[in-house]
Amino acid sequence: MSEAGAGAGGARVAVIGAGPAGLYAVQALLASGPAIHVDVFDRLPTPYGLVRYGVAPDNQKIKSVTRVLRTAFDDDGRVRFIGNVRFGVDIRRADLLENYDAIVYATGAQGERRLGIAGEDLPGSHGAKDFVDWYSGHPDAAQREFPLDAASVAVVGAGNVALDVARMLVRAPEEIAATDVPDRVLEAFRKSNVTDAYLIARRGVAQAKFTAEELRTINGLPGVDIIVRPEEVSLTEEDERMVASNRQLGANVAMMRDWSQRPSRGKPRRIHVRFLRSPVRILGERRVEGVVLERNEPLADGRVRGTGEFETLEVGMVFRSVGYKALPLADLPFDETRSVIPHRHGRVLDEKGRLAEGEYVTGWAKRGPSGIIGTNKSDSAETVSNLLADLAARSSCKPRDPRRIIDCLRDRGVDYTEWANWLRLDGHELELGRTQGRPRVKIPTLRSMLEVARSSGDRGATGHMN
Amino acid sequence: MTYVITEACVDCIHRDCVKECPVDCIYEGARALYIQPDECINCGACVPVCPEEAIFFEEDLPESSKRHLQDNADFFSQALPGRSEPLGSPGAATPLGRVGVDTPLVASYPQRETSS
Repeated sequence: MSEAGAGAGGARVAVIGAGPAGLYAVQALLASGPAIHVDVFDRLPTPYGLVRYGVAPDNQKIKSVTRVLRTAFDDDGRVRFIGNVRFGVDIRRADLLENYDAIVYATGAQGERRLGIAGEDLPGSHGAKDFVDWYSGHPDAAQREFPLDAASVAVVGAGNVALDVARMLVRAPEEIAATDVPDRVLEAFRKSNVTDAYLIARRGVAQAKFTAEELRTINGLPGVDIIVRPEEVSLTEEDERMVASNRQLGANVAMMRDWSQRPSRGKPRRIHVRFLRSPVRILGERRVEGVVLERNEPLADGRVRGTGEFETLEVGMVFRSVGYKALPLADLPFDETRSVIPHRHGRVLDEKGRLAEGEYVTGWAKRGPSGIIGTNKSDSAETVSNLLADLAARSSCKPRDPRRIIDCLRDRGVDYTEWANWLRLDGHELELGRTQGRPRVKIPTLRSMLEVARSSGDRGATGHMN
Repeated sequence: MTYVITEACVDCIHRDCVKECPVDCIYEGARALYIQPDECINCGACVPVCPEEAIFFEEDLPESSKRHLQDNADFFSQALPGRSEPLGSPGAATPLGRVGVDTPLVASYPQRETSS
């Protein structure tokens, strides 16, 4: 029988954000029994969040997780996708509290941490997220240009995003052409002058956050040498213990230490991984000309301290990739210290630390920007099991008219989209890809996305939602 | 390329990997779990959660476990004992449920006593 008791009968749940965390929450809600109906809102007309706009374009295999994520929408009658709706602008917390028995915030991390060093705002210094948005064809980056006119670039950070950025920068244009990047992005890569990408990691090799899959991918790049200095991958005693007790970490560290022993193969492009280095200043008059690095020494506990020894790396661009960061949502409590929505096992807490009835959080907005796609499945399972327990404990749910929220959006003139619109856009992008021999070609502006989503054959999806 | 579940899983089946797998591609036989290689997206989420350390990327398999690469594949591509058709690619493990039968290799392992 359903985990949710009588109280969940006919319950309506809103999920804010159609990324992995939100869609795994939908799946868990659907699996609980037949009684629950779900509306999934997204600020874009497209589902899948960072699977579409974060997972690098050259990793189509990971992107194929959409095969599973889309099944959340198979059950037409129970799940609605309501896209192109901005939380806090088109729809507010109060609207949701009025129309739903429970709300799950799965809004992710829309911001990015800064380095806090001089020169960070020089032209040529960028947040990795802006670059990822751009090459992923995110409509927020539709007006941005990234002239890749520098030969050497620095990427600051030791996580998968940093590695993605470095790898994309040294890919050969024909390799980029085998991905789903928008046409103008492919053009920019065709004109790229980049030959050397320097990954700058503050801590040591054992503290790097790269996953095995990411390391394997750069290890296999045909036109790229990976250059690591032997003196920068030594391990402390504590590192040795950690590596010995964690097989996956051990394998990752072994691969990176192998690189330090490998002679250069004379490839046309290079990724240099520099461990135990912190950027202290970005140099340049009118644009980035270099970055000053301080050498760090490892402490016993895995942290590092600066040594006062500096070197200058001549680079024409700097990408900071030191972490995505959740931003506060309108009218919702926010933990400024941890940059998450405050919660207890997924139940949202108000400013005074009391449970906010009927409100839940999952994914990066809950735990911060960590983990991989799969992490969201168990994370959302925890949130949803608490949601279901709370619903079951209620005596009954108010009868609710599913058309009310739609009427509310219409009254405000919100140009919302439905699942059928996404399927049309999806089909169009795949077809564009087929004609060019590519897996997909993304449409990068919101305006053209909406045009395609509502193009011929569409009987005005916006008029038919019920 | 795929991840592979090895002999350390036999008679243990904790299923932590099943909960973690984002594409639900880890299937349950009778005494062991198997990864569907065409459905696996190589994310590696299963590796750190396995209490038996039974899961490896295919290139990292220890010599003694290498036969499980083919064996995981065979679980889907060959008709299992007592069945006329191979499982193929069912698309998701949870709706299918426990298959209840193993490959001849896994079935041939002596029964182990486990605490789980």
